[in-house]
Amino acid sequence: MIDFVVHDEDDSVGVVVVEGVEAGAELTGWIMDQDREIAFRAAGDIPIGHKLAIKPMKTGDTVIKYGVDIGRTVADIAVGEHAHVHNIKTKRW
Amino acid sequence: MAIDLANATFRGYRRENGRVGVRNHVIVLPVDDLSNAACEAVANNIKGAMAIPHPYGRLQFGADLDLHFRTLIGTGANPNVAAVVVIGIEEGWTGRVVDGIAATGKPVAGYGIEMHGDHETIMRASRSAREFVQAASETVREEAPVAELWVSTKCGESDTTSGCGSNPTVGNAFDKLYPTGATLLFGETTEITGGEHLVAERCRTPEVRARFMHMFDRYQEVVERHKTSDLSESQPTKGNIAGGLTTIEEKALGNIQKIGRKCMVDGVLDKAETPDGTGLWFMDSSSAAAEMVTLCAAAGFTVHFFPTGQGNIIGNPILPNIKLCANPRTVRTMGEHVDVDVSGLLRREMTPDEAGDALLEMMIRTANGRLTAAEALGHREFVLTRLYESA
Repeated sequence: MIDFVVHDEDDSVGVVVVEGVEAGAELTGWIMDQDREIAFRAAGDIPIGHKLAIKPMKTGDTVIKYGVDIGRTVADIAVGEHAHVHNIKTKRW
Repeated sequence: MAIDLANATFRGYRRENGRVGVRNHVIVLPVDDLSNAACEAVANNIKGAMAIPHPYGRLQFGADLDLHFRTLIGTGANPNVAAVVVIGIEEGWTGRVVDGIAATGKPVAGYGIEMHGDHETIMRASRSAREFVQAASETVREEAPVAELWVSTKCGESDTTSGCGSNPTVGNAFDKLYPTGATLLFGETTEITGGEHLVAERCRTPEVRARFMHMFDRYQEVVERHKTSDLSESQPTKGNIAGGLTTIEEKALGNIQKIGRKCMVDGVLDKAETPDGTGLWFMDSSSAAAEMVTLCAAAGFTVHFFPTGQGNIIGNPILPNIKLCANPRTVRTMGEHVDVDVSGLLRREMTPDEAGDALLEMMIRTANGRLTAAEALGHREFVLTRLYESA
């Protein structure tokens, strides 16, 4: 059972692909490019399609997904935490 | 079982200019907003004729007017259209649209309303529409190689499942179609922001790359000139954000999964321009779904792959939109809008190759005549792109 997917092993975030993930849940992830599994505990409720951090990030860090820069953090993010517009912003525009 | 695309065929309508369509529409096309009522009356009179109303066509000028004509003529010229009745407020611009469509050899008739009024125009145009519908009803589908399909793509109401499921499925299908000599199209210029270097690397020649970057930079200038914020809630949209997409860069990287891993970008088009060769083309375009799909239809594309995450329900009057979705919640709550369910990808119950083949199989069924969900539900969004204010 896959709870979240990660595009590349160097990514800092994964995507929850099941409904109803609650804080404390043990989650199994699938790293697609390397085709291997990892496990994390959700630090908060995370809706389907939303991201969780799989690496710890400090404010101002670059967020990596697909192995590419997708923006910067505007708050510290711990592993397993919900990563979205409240703690990540675009570097463009 | 994998599809042998090199030898696969579909049954379509061979048009006067040699192109093959997958639909046989007789359309009643207004040149301008004023002529919508007459067009709709003709379509109401003549069963099988379809009006395509829109709000523009008056006092446009320069590049914006050129685009207006290019879009209307391209729509009429599309091989999914058997014949066209054009109605405009006056005969000059009406004739310009008629002549553009007639260059393909397709049956087309035009009517100006001035000096006649709606009643007489509707009567005269209905006579043409009836003749066209009856002639079209006798056209027989014939076999053609899959490479003669022109396939465009654009995603909508994307979420993170688009980037890991439905968009890579389109990419898988494009990678398989490309070697057959098919003609393929993608675009959505602002939705490449953050991944423009990846598209640039895939351009076939330095000239193609330079033209792509010119189109990309031109659209960035539009955003910079008009923006009042970081565009959050516009790009990414409110729906994208609800679906978990956070930044334009993240959305863009998901978006460009649609061009696969192998195909090269062979050429670059301005809005609604028709490719003059096979391969994968980039078209400068808005990322708004109906605007982009309308431009794809005007460029001559005959089948469209539309991946969605949160559930964009768009259709087009003449271009069948095959919807695919990897979000299990959307498939469950909005199943009537989904033609190909690829949610199994994210559960590892389906491989990318199987998902790509499922889409290609649905492409052939759709080309053979199966109505898409959007067609069955009556979605006919026809939205003209405007470049600036009218004069």
